Amino acid sequence: MSESTPIAPPRRAALAPTTPTHLTGDILARARQTIALYPEPRSALIPLCHLAQEQDGWLTPEAMVDIAGLVGVTPTEVLGTASFYDMLHTEPVGRHVVAVCTNIACLLGGAAELLEHAEESLGVGAGGTTSDGAITLEEAECLADCDRAPCVQVNHRYVGAQTPGSFDQLVADLRSGARDADIPPHGTLIRVRRTTGIEADPAAVAEERRAAAEARAARDAAAADGGTA
Amino acid sequence: MAITDPPRIVTARMGHDDSHTLERYLATGGYDGLRAALARTPEEVAAEVDAASLLGRGGAGFPAGRKWSMLRKNPVTYLVVNGDESEPATFKDHLLVERDPHQLIEGVVIAAYALQVTRVFIFLRGEFALGLERVQAALNDAYAHGAVGRDIFGSGFSVDVVVHPGAGAYICGEETALLESLEGKRGFPRIKPPFFPAAIGLYGDPTVVNNVETMSNLPWIMTHGGAAFAALGGGRSTGTRLFALAGHVNNPGVYELEMVKTTFHDLINAPVLGGGIPHGRGLKAFIPGGVSAPWFGPDRIDLPLGQDEVAQAGSMLGSGSVVVMDDHTCAVRAAWRITKFFSRESCGQCTPCREGSGWLERIMERIERGEGREEDLDLLMDACDNISPGVAWPPQQTTICVLGPSIPSSISSAITMFRDEFLVHIKEGGCPYG
Repeated sequence: MSESTPIAPPRRAALAPTTPTHLTGDILARARQTIALYPEPRSALIPLCHLAQEQDGWLTPEAMVDIAGLVGVTPTEVLGTASFYDMLHTEPVGRHVVAVCTNIACLLGGAAELLEHAEESLGVGAGGTTSDGAITLEEAECLADCDRAPCVQVNHRYVGAQTPGSFDQLVADLRSGARDADIPPHGTLIRVRRTTGIEADPAAVAEERRAAAEARAARDAAAADGGTA
Repeated sequence: MAITDPPRIVTARMGHDDSHTLERYLATGGYDGLRAALARTPEEVAAEVDAASLLGRGGAGFPAGRKWSMLRKNPVTYLVVNGDESEPATFKDHLLVERDPHQLIEGVVIAAYALQVTRVFIFLRGEFALGLERVQAALNDAYAHGAVGRDIFGSGFSVDVVVHPGAGAYICGEETALLESLEGKRGFPRIKPPFFPAAIGLYGDPTVVNNVETMSNLPWIMTHGGAAFAALGGGRSTGTRLFALAGHVNNPGVYELEMVKTTFHDLINAPVLGGGIPHGRGLKAFIPGGVSAPWFGPDRIDLPLGQDEVAQAGSMLGSGSVVVMDDHTCAVRAAWRITKFFSRESCGQCTPCREGSGWLERIMERIERGEGREEDLDLLMDACDNISPGVAWPPQQTTICVLGPSIPSSISSAITMFRDEFLVHIKEGGCPYG
């Protein structure tokens, strides 16, 4: 097989959509708007997992069934994808997920000591959830805020470099609700709604897709010829 | 060598608290580059970027213009922006998406016009919650302003831009893994060739994947010209570049510097840049371009910040992130933590990477704990050699993507430069630095 006639990746027709029973109201409406932004519904799978976490705090089996039905795959495929990603929790987590980065820049800034303190003061190891369900502690890989080491995120929002003392205050504020205005509960990722759909001329987009499909078919045919020759 | 005072190409607005708003953007020349681009043909816009010799800012340093020209033979259908910034100690795109989202969007629309694509996806790592909100808000404003969407500024050109959140996986910074993720799948890199995105990208269609910083340079290139950009820097490394400085320095942060004109010494020590190492300590080692890169000792401190210069010295400028370790740093511990990172983030497709990273991490961990054996050093190098034969730089490829062959960098650097430190750990059963 020459490089000019590559094999196309396998393509499979999407399963017929089914009616959601778990995702509701605004979350379901936003899920449908999100799907409409992509040429293929499956591309919305991960954004929909985030939306499901916004509703439930974590990615429940019921939500995965709904997502599968919405994007045309099996629930197993949703789980198979979701389980690859650190931010998608297929087990319950606390109201707040506190992530302490211990990667190289943070390690040099005292992150290992901070994590040790966090484990002691919260009474849980990394990956654990406090008995009141308020906090899940995570040891994170680099969060790209290395000039404020050691870096801590709460529900994926940066809270700046922390010392053991400031960390305890942060946890107290999270428990009391003092940070609710700037740190929404775990699962709520993007509070800004998209205000527009797809605006480009549908006929032009369809024409572009048709040309691409034609090119793909020609390429696949060439590859098939190359394979049998 | 000196610290030059180049024009601030991508950080011009960072001094303003409201740098992320449309009002500030328009008050500081915002969307002028797009207007200039739309007044010319797509081919002319692409030629201007070619003239700038803009190297991709994601890590591999591939010329952006050439990436685009690979596509012009095909009906280009997608532009995907890689904002999955996850290389440890890299935090420049974090700054760009949070503090100047309109600049990114303007660059994206310029590129979309040059490539004549109708749909763009901006893939941002999910941990950028604020960045995702800022880019979405800016995008809403840009649509309302007529800079994105149908018939942009009355030019007849239309493009839609979609912000796509990732979900936490380092490997999705690899462009084919990113495309898999964008298709709603696990982030498994694709075999290439033949699956270069330019030929078979998103949904099997031709696709350009460019980094956030690469896109953010385009508005300036359109308003000032590719030649003005190419006049900055030196050799193949044109223009300015964002350097993320972290670790043991007084002023960690992101600095926009002219390529090649500044040295690592200046970046780390100049009062207006890194400000030196705290507590009057000395320099032990530094990583010149992300944790995938081999380390340098103090003897390389006078190297210029240029892609070819660093490559010739046996490492890479990579993602432009520099980690400084002072002389109280335990090299074993630092290398162990980096190895643990790769072990956690290996996608698991290829045996040398999946198994090798786990073995290396366990051996490094027991040495750091004081339970290592003297033969462990040879064992480590042997395992490294299995992942990337010869343990050279640039590394030999044994796996689908470059994650695997990058794993030995920190271990072989640490063993080569600080072998005595490993032996102390092993013989005395613990870390000399406590």
